[in-house]
Amino acid sequence: MTETLLRESPLAGCHQAGGARFTQFAGWNMPLLYKGILTEHQAVRERAGVFDISHMGEIRVQGSGASDWLNTQVTNDLNRLKPQRAQYSLLLNENGGVIDDLMIYRLDADVLLIIANASRYERVAEILRSRVPDSVEIIDESDSTAALALQGPLAGTIFQRAFGQPMVDRNTIADFSLDGIPVFVAGTGYTGEPGCEWFFPAGQAADVWNKLIATGSDDLQPCGLASRDSLRLEVCFPLNGQDLDEDHTPLEAGLGIFAKLDKGDFVGREALATQKAAGVPRKLVAFAMEGKSPPPRSHCRVFHQGEVVGEVTSGAQSPSLQKGVGMAYVPTAIAQPDTTIDIEIRTQGFPARIQSKPLYRKS
Amino acid sequence: MNVPDNLRYASSHEWILVEEDGTALLGITDHAQNELTDIVFVDPPEAGKELESGEVIAVVESVKAASDIYAPVDCEVIESNEALNGDPGLINTDPFGEGWICKVKLSKPDQVETLLAPDAYREQIG
Repeated sequence: MTETLLRESPLAGCHQAGGARFTQFAGWNMPLLYKGILTEHQAVRERAGVFDISHMGEIRVQGSGASDWLNTQVTNDLNRLKPQRAQYSLLLNENGGVIDDLMIYRLDADVLLIIANASRYERVAEILRSRVPDSVEIIDESDSTAALALQGPLAGTIFQRAFGQPMVDRNTIADFSLDGIPVFVAGTGYTGEPGCEWFFPAGQAADVWNKLIATGSDDLQPCGLASRDSLRLEVCFPLNGQDLDEDHTPLEAGLGIFAKLDKGDFVGREALATQKAAGVPRKLVAFAMEGKSPPPRSHCRVFHQGEVVGEVTSGAQSPSLQKGVGMAYVPTAIAQPDTTIDIEIRTQGFPARIQSKPLYRKS
Repeated sequence: MNVPDNLRYASSHEWILVEEDGTALLGITDHAQNELTDIVFVDPPEAGKELESGEVIAVVESVKAASDIYAPVDCEVIESNEALNGDPGLINTDPFGEGWICKVKLSKPDQVETLLAPDAYREQIG
């Protein structure tokens, strides 16, 4: 493992000062946890937490015809995306496999901002650039942009205290100013809780973070990637590279609703149409362990009636449900809630049951 | 990090407390639990299991990964800490007390002397 090529978030100094423990993720040195995964997970479910998401990529697509062209590259229908709104979408290869899952914000008629995953945004930008017409610009703003996610039932209260204005609604975007620092806010997140994501200049990142931490005070827990992962898994949000990859289509991943086959052509559309007509061979299901077991992990084998039927893509101990949970691709024939399966954890099989998604619902 | 003076330590971060009746309690150190982060599951040894020093006596699962816990000396397991079934986090909150992992009978009581004294263990974890 090489340490020298690790990228640092513009907020790294804040995390060090806050006593975070670091981990390597997608080539970045990022906070794994502050106080502990359980504390942070619970804080986000019950109060509020803040995550550094500066490792995500920001790619601006703008110019004459930008929206119509981008609509030929991604799965969701940009014609349905109104200004100042956000849309979940996917970039596919020709076989319908997922290169990356994206949030797309429409800043203006022909100005779109794509939020791509840390591990993939350079490839996303490269692919888009290789296909872009002369009238459209692809600008990778990732290096100059810092980002955070404010998530939890108290996110709106804290937002109001910070900006003196109500938090943006879900899937809505707006520009704000935090003591003169421009902050672009989107009502999006990755935890299943109310909240928003902030994008701001990397050079002023520490100021924004410190102001938010001070404003949030005891209501706000700084969090690392460990709880971000357990929170998103409980609500079955896929993680690219684990639950999504170039060998699986959005139809298999249960993301068919974000692939509009009737909107006109887009890269991967034909493969999806063919698969849809032939029948989707396997599906990404959520499961929960039935009894006491070690937590399932990625790559654990999944058995059904003694036969290997797939492998775990994501797995963890769910802090909210207090049992092991995960997701796995299994043959469509058995991809039904209540089907019993076995997960092989360290050479031993443990019973589990397929569940409807999400695994965790707010009571 | 807390390193109690009444215990002996293995370089692999287990502690052992020898009782007057010749049995001993085993667990993992404060340093180890801190490195592992939140413990979410413990795979305890069964009573009657005989182990040589260095063999895997238990597995603890944290948010990060499964970690093997080794027998610091030759021993036979007498009982496991049932409380860890319901609350594996006891290892995090009280690693030298309620978070003990198992009780053993020492096969070769003299072996304990070969383990690290508190000062030596403190030096190891820096």
